[in-house]
Amino acid sequence: MSTQYKPAIHFQHVDYRIGDIEILNDITGSFPQGRITTLVGPSGAGKSTLLKLCNGLISPANGEIFVKDKAIGEYDPVELRRMVGMALQSAPMISGTVYENLNLPLELQGQQLAKEDALELLEDVGLKGDLLDRKVKELSGGQRQKVSIARTLVNKPEILLMDEITSSLDRASKLEVEELISKINRKYKTTIIWITHNLQQALEIGDYTWVMMDGQVVETGESSLLEDPQNQRVNEFVKGVVS
Amino acid sequence: MSYWALSLTLIFVLIPLLLSKTLNLGLGRDMTVATIRSIIQLLAVGYVLKFVFDSESLLYIFLMVALMIIAATHNAQKKGAAIQGITWKIAVTLIFVEVLTQGILIGFNITPATAQYIIPISGMVIGNSMVLSILFLNRFTAEVEDHQDQTELILSLGGTPKQAIHRQLINSIKASMIPTIESQKTVGLVQLPGMMSGQIIAGADPIQAVQFQLLIMFLLLTTAAVTSVFLGYLSYPTLFNKRMQLLKG
Repeated sequence: MSTQYKPAIHFQHVDYRIGDIEILNDITGSFPQGRITTLVGPSGAGKSTLLKLCNGLISPANGEIFVKDKAIGEYDPVELRRMVGMALQSAPMISGTVYENLNLPLELQGQQLAKEDALELLEDVGLKGDLLDRKVKELSGGQRQKVSIARTLVNKPEILLMDEITSSLDRASKLEVEELISKINRKYKTTIIWITHNLQQALEIGDYTWVMMDGQVVETGESSLLEDPQNQRVNEFVKGVVS
Repeated sequence: MSYWALSLTLIFVLIPLLLSKTLNLGLGRDMTVATIRSIIQLLAVGYVLKFVFDSESLLYIFLMVALMIIAATHNAQKKGAAIQGITWKIAVTLIFVEVLTQGILIGFNITPATAQYIIPISGMVIGNSMVLSILFLNRFTAEVEDHQDQTELILSLGGTPKQAIHRQLINSIKASMIPTIESQKTVGLVQLPGMMSGQIIAGADPIQAVQFQLLIMFLLLTTAAVTSVFLGYLSYPTLFNKRMQLLKG
């Protein structure tokens, strides 16, 4: 897929299992650098597991993963996770204020985020500056997700992973977060790999799409593939979801 | 106390047995077994202690303390089955606490280095350390499970395992120490501690009994703090692998 772009992340015959249960089976493929790739597929297809493999929260049972042409095992885990940021589905927050959450990535490195930088980050994700001292428990679902994304951006990741970050949001918040994903990609040239259940989102936001089913990648290509899938199972999935 | 008086204390066993029978509580068998076991165990310990005190042999003192540590470790390790190598971690913690406390007591000449002091005080220290270990492990395993998303969040932001587990570790240490601290706050107001009561009943001067009780309570505060912190810092690294990944189950 996408031979004109260098791969930011490349999977080569990757398997992942928990005990005897196979979660991912023989995954091979690349995520192009500087582009947005969407992972779609039914629940339990292994999409979230694949994202966790990308920033080393878990390791494959077999196969190799390359991040910027270097085997993932050769990276120091801390260095890797700062380069490959991840926004989690539940947008977990540490108790305290929005600023304390934005400061967390630098606090872990013994540094402190300047207030001006924090305000700029909030502006980047479409939040007002007066939220900076607000307790995170007072935020709406959409605001939490945006703070979670802004927090991930503090490390200036070259690759950003997003795990179903719009699944629990209302329509207005979904649209805002979709716009934000495109904006981050344009502004920072960040490679983005994100999961959604919404095929319309995949068509509108993603440059490329991986369709996953039962722990396998069944079809990849430009997102327009979802309009006319070649694979029979993908076709059934698309029709099922769209209808 | 005469043997006749001792026999009469069984009235305190008959009362709950009668209540159990009358109300069909089904506890009669358990209470009978517990009563027989406590009589045999305590009499046996009494004779063993008399033998050890009379012999004044350091080897016997050492063996008694070792036995206490083995029994306490065996009991506490069941609560930390999810943590790799928990048995030796508890054993090392109990040994460390015992050596530290006895080192201070004997080193500063607070208590004499005789079986009469070392064994009962060790029993209290090791027993409390065991309870603290159980409280800590219970809370820690629950905290790790309940806040897995927080741990993954910090790891995903480039934090180290120690940073990722710090909050859960601190919460567990604090929670396990609460009973010790709270019981110290109300001592003398709500309850008279067992050791002090025993000394007073045995005819000791109440002021002297209080002095010993204060010694034991301060000792148990150290025991609580050192047990939780030491066991915590021994335990958390085994939750992660070399790639700084949280190991599940």
